[in-house]
Amino acid sequence: MNIFDIINVGLFAAAIRMATPIALAALGGIFSERVGVVNIGLEGMMLMGAFSGVIVSYYTANPWLGVLGAIVVGGLLGLMHAFLTVTLKGDQIVSGTGINILALGFTAYASEVVWGSRGASGSVASLGVIDLPFITDLPVIGKIIGSHTPLVYLMIIVVLLAQILLFKTPFGLRLRAVGEHPAAADTAGINVFRMKYIGIIASGMLAGLGGVFLSLAHLSIFSWGMTGGRGFIALAAMIFGGWIPLGAFGASLLFGFTDALQMRLQSMGILPPQIILMLPYIITVIVLAGVVRKTKPPSDYKPYEKD
Amino acid sequence: MTNDKSRASLMHVLRSGLLRIVPQLLAIATAFLVGALVLIATGYSPIDVYSALIMGAFGDVYGVGQTLTQATPIIFTALAFLFSYKSGLFNIGAEGQLIMGGFAAAIVGISFSGLPAPLHILLAVLAGALAGGVWGFLPAILKARFGAHEVITTMMFTYIATYLTSYLVNYPFKAPGWVAQTVPIADSAQLPRILPPTQLSVSILVAVAMAAVIYYILQKTTLGYEVRASGLNPSAAENGGINVKRTMVLALILGGALAGIGGAGEILGVHNRFIQGFSPGYGFDGIAVALVGGLNPLGVLLAAILFGALRSGGMLMTRATHVPLDIVVILQALVIIFVAAPHFLRYFVRRRSKA
Repeated sequence: MNIFDIINVGLFAAAIRMATPIALAALGGIFSERVGVVNIGLEGMMLMGAFSGVIVSYYTANPWLGVLGAIVVGGLLGLMHAFLTVTLKGDQIVSGTGINILALGFTAYASEVVWGSRGASGSVASLGVIDLPFITDLPVIGKIIGSHTPLVYLMIIVVLLAQILLFKTPFGLRLRAVGEHPAAADTAGINVFRMKYIGIIASGMLAGLGGVFLSLAHLSIFSWGMTGGRGFIALAAMIFGGWIPLGAFGASLLFGFTDALQMRLQSMGILPPQIILMLPYIITVIVLAGVVRKTKPPSDYKPYEKD
Repeated sequence: MTNDKSRASLMHVLRSGLLRIVPQLLAIATAFLVGALVLIATGYSPIDVYSALIMGAFGDVYGVGQTLTQATPIIFTALAFLFSYKSGLFNIGAEGQLIMGGFAAAIVGISFSGLPAPLHILLAVLAGALAGGVWGFLPAILKARFGAHEVITTMMFTYIATYLTSYLVNYPFKAPGWVAQTVPIADSAQLPRILPPTQLSVSILVAVAMAAVIYYILQKTTLGYEVRASGLNPSAAENGGINVKRTMVLALILGGALAGIGGAGEILGVHNRFIQGFSPGYGFDGIAVALVGGLNPLGVLLAAILFGALRSGGMLMTRATHVPLDIVVILQALVIIFVAAPHFLRYFVRRRSKA
């Protein structure tokens, strides 16, 4: 065995794959924090997205309806987070923690009700893989980006759209103004509460989409706690990327690579799996400790009080 | 005269205490109401489920003993959350700190023989406190030195603790057999049980004592003052000559140590060996209990009994009604969510009266 058994085009293809749920959730984090609300609940929103996708696909045999269901459920959780933190001015972290625990309990409960097994679903229709014409045939590049589940390509489009929306449109300017300086935004005639709701609901929808990638893109099952902390890793990617979609995408590639490496090493059986499984979490801690000081959050995250 | 006065002040304390727990009680009631809707929607009778839950938790001496047994580690993790929270840090990693503490205590429990029991127990508990403290110190120093957000790092360290101990108990410290567990600890390291045949051990007494100690530290000592000042307004505290970062690090070390002692109590008092996955999520229960307890050490004791009851009564509930045990986790989450929004009911009442 040599190093190229581990590091080859397959690994890079897997890195892009594993970056997808993290990048989508990190975008979710950005939309919420840009309007001034911390969304620790990304993890739970992803988990509910993963579950909703499977259950909708189970009942309709249509995985795309599952994806839609995941986005809707994520958006509803976002709405709940917005109601708790914006309207009721509840603690953002407490609300997010509640959402995370709710997701863990609800998905385990519901899968036992539906499939009779705690937090494990039956197998359902999944999304499958598409080949990009021409690109698939290119050497190396084709192997890395040419053949993925449609959600990977959707993620790249969403990253670009989010970047343009946030930084090149008046709407994005208003969205950011609400987080940076709500009082000034209010004076300028922006409906602060409505903007916050939009940002946080979008956050939930993106997290739901990221979550459904985990259950429907390749595995076609739901399993207990299958997000495995990726919602928190997405928060780290968001910070590492400076609360900018393209930056968060880059950071997600790093975490996706770690995740892919972890899976590759596990399948080779050179080290005990538990040691390898620690890798993504350790890397996340190192990245957070190494770069965070250089970045500044886009908001003070205080609830807005209208005078 | 003095009697009247003291009676008046007692009434005052009672009334303000009652007023303070009203939002908590409403949050709990609302959570059970929403939980009932979930049960109905999935074809279970909330009355059957809740009465089985209550019977299981409080129906007989055994139930009460098991409720208190389940409440014990939650008291520790709730105090761990609470103490860090007061300093302004959101330590959601008590789960990892508890696991590390449990493992360290197990190793000390296994490694020595022939020690006098009090000494052996003390050493094992100290090892638990130390391991938990280290697991609090790491995210704390990363926060103080590099600004790494503790909500993310404490969660990451919980995953690391889970996999690290899983490795240790599956490889170097694995007892012969199929189960991922260590060999039993020495008899001299076992905590005395106080209500056999329940698993209730003296750990509960330590937990209650710790709640009192934390209350005392927060209210009566300089450290407590600094912790509260750092949490309320860090820049004002800094101006007042308090080293906020040092205080936060100390608070998280102490919090981690508390959770570690809780883990040690589980291993030395309940399981008598380290078993992979011995905690069903006591660390996360602690967050809910600290919040429901009004972020007050004495409130934590009451709230921990409620959450201990959910865990212990859940067994009978599942057996009697076949409802999935995870309804308990849903209830916990709902309690957290309704506590997060103290104005929840007021909001709807006001909407109503406006309409």
